[in-house]
Amino acid sequence: MVIPVTCYTYSSTAASISYKSKGHKRHGTLLLPPRAPLKGNRQFFLTPINYKLDMGSSSIASNRWMFEKMDGFDLSPNSDNGEEEEEEEEEEGVHVLAVDDSLADRKVIERLLKISSCKVTAVDSGWRALKLLGLLDNEEDKSSSSSSASSSSSAGFDVLKVDLIMTDYCMPGMTGYELLKKIKESTTFREIPVVIMSSENVMARIDRCLEEGAEDFIVKPVKLSDVKRIREYMASREVRSLQNQEERSRSSINKRKLQESFGLSLSSSPPSISSYQSRSPSLTPSPPSLFSSSPPCSPSSLDSPTRRLK
Amino acid sequence: MDSVVQLQRQLVDYTVQLFNEGFLDDQFNQLQQLQDESNPDFVVEVVTLFFEDSERLLDELAKALEQQSVDYTKIDAHVHQLKGSSSSIGAQRVQKVCIGFRNFCEERNIEGCQKCLHQVKREYSLVKTKLETLFKEGQFPGQCDEVKNIAEDHSQRQLNGILDM
Repeated sequence: MVIPVTCYTYSSTAASISYKSKGHKRHGTLLLPPRAPLKGNRQFFLTPINYKLDMGSSSIASNRWMFEKMDGFDLSPNSDNGEEEEEEEEEEGVHVLAVDDSLADRKVIERLLKISSCKVTAVDSGWRALKLLGLLDNEEDKSSSSSSASSSSSAGFDVLKVDLIMTDYCMPGMTGYELLKKIKESTTFREIPVVIMSSENVMARIDRCLEEGAEDFIVKPVKLSDVKRIREYMASREVRSLQNQEERSRSSINKRKLQESFGLSLSSSPPSISSYQSRSPSLTPSPPSLFSSSPPCSPSSLDSPTRRLK
Repeated sequence: MDSVVQLQRQLVDYTVQLFNEGFLDDQFNQLQQLQDESNPDFVVEVVTLFFEDSERLLDELAKALEQQSVDYTKIDAHVHQLKGSSSSIGAQRVQKVCIGFRNFCEERNIEGCQKCLHQVKREYSLVKTKLETLFKEGQFPGQCDEVKNIAEDHSQRQLNGILDM
């Protein structure tokens, strides 16, 4: 059985492995053989209990070599073998799915995200991203438990739950744009914000992505400030969604007030496009409400006369 | 103690030189900021990936340009990749050559492309040597002549601003 894992090497002699087995998270420490070469992107291990762990492209250090036995691999659940690991557990923190065909870029984006307190899964293609999300077998609308049971691609573990997807635009096979479209077409995943990264600062491309529902467009190379901005957006998005939930349960007067305030931010041309055209890649942030995500509670505000608060 | 400071100074001077000569740009700084005790080899690892990627791409480019019937789309794709990875680590001069290279691809200009390939190989080789020196110096301070020479040239320089890198 092949299980995808996340592996972080934190020194040249040891690596920390996290994976999920039967719904339990497990951590272990792996001692690397001396002079382990740091290249390639696949690594196989045989665990003491004979699970073959396929680290795939979410690993950092790798080469195609096999261990016959693993020294020091500790399979005890939730043992934390390094303070270097990300602070958040899976339940908290933002889980980002990063998609990029370049190994160097994946490594950089992974580090940028981890340093920003995000959990990261990095894959090398749109196809693999869809597979991890459980979207490949045209079973988008099934619940995650049934699709992981029925789909062989999930290999017996839970379909990935992500809070944000960051994808490169130019990739062989499926482009980031095509991936974006597939995600937005899915009822399960269309609410997940998708950020496009590209080395080309082409307005038409940016517009197209935004029109298709991308949350943001980052011009490469990706910097810490870009990731910070995204992180702030995710944090404020969560706050706003909590606020929305509270508001919705209140009286109609309060509901009308909310409609007015959203009417303000949704005024004139679609904010997404106009706020983009005025923005150069190096510009910072407009307040984290990058695109005030359309409040589900008041679709009618779009039609109501906009009343600006001066 | 003095010799340690001096060695650090040499390393800093050498790095600054690389920036001044355009071999590296701010993105390299960004990478250095991502390195810490929990990821002490981060920069080396990323740069190593860049080296491998580039060597593969340069090989592919050489082959593609030797073909009877040149496939400019494929060449453009390779150059685009090279441009991307060089920009990700801050290898500015390599990136710049790639931009020109792509223009020649668009024009289907075989001579221009060949010239650019030659140029990009040269720039790649230069930045590779310099980065390798930098890493070696970081690991075995005081042994790289090139670094020592740069330091001697700049022995009068003030440190404060530089050490804030």
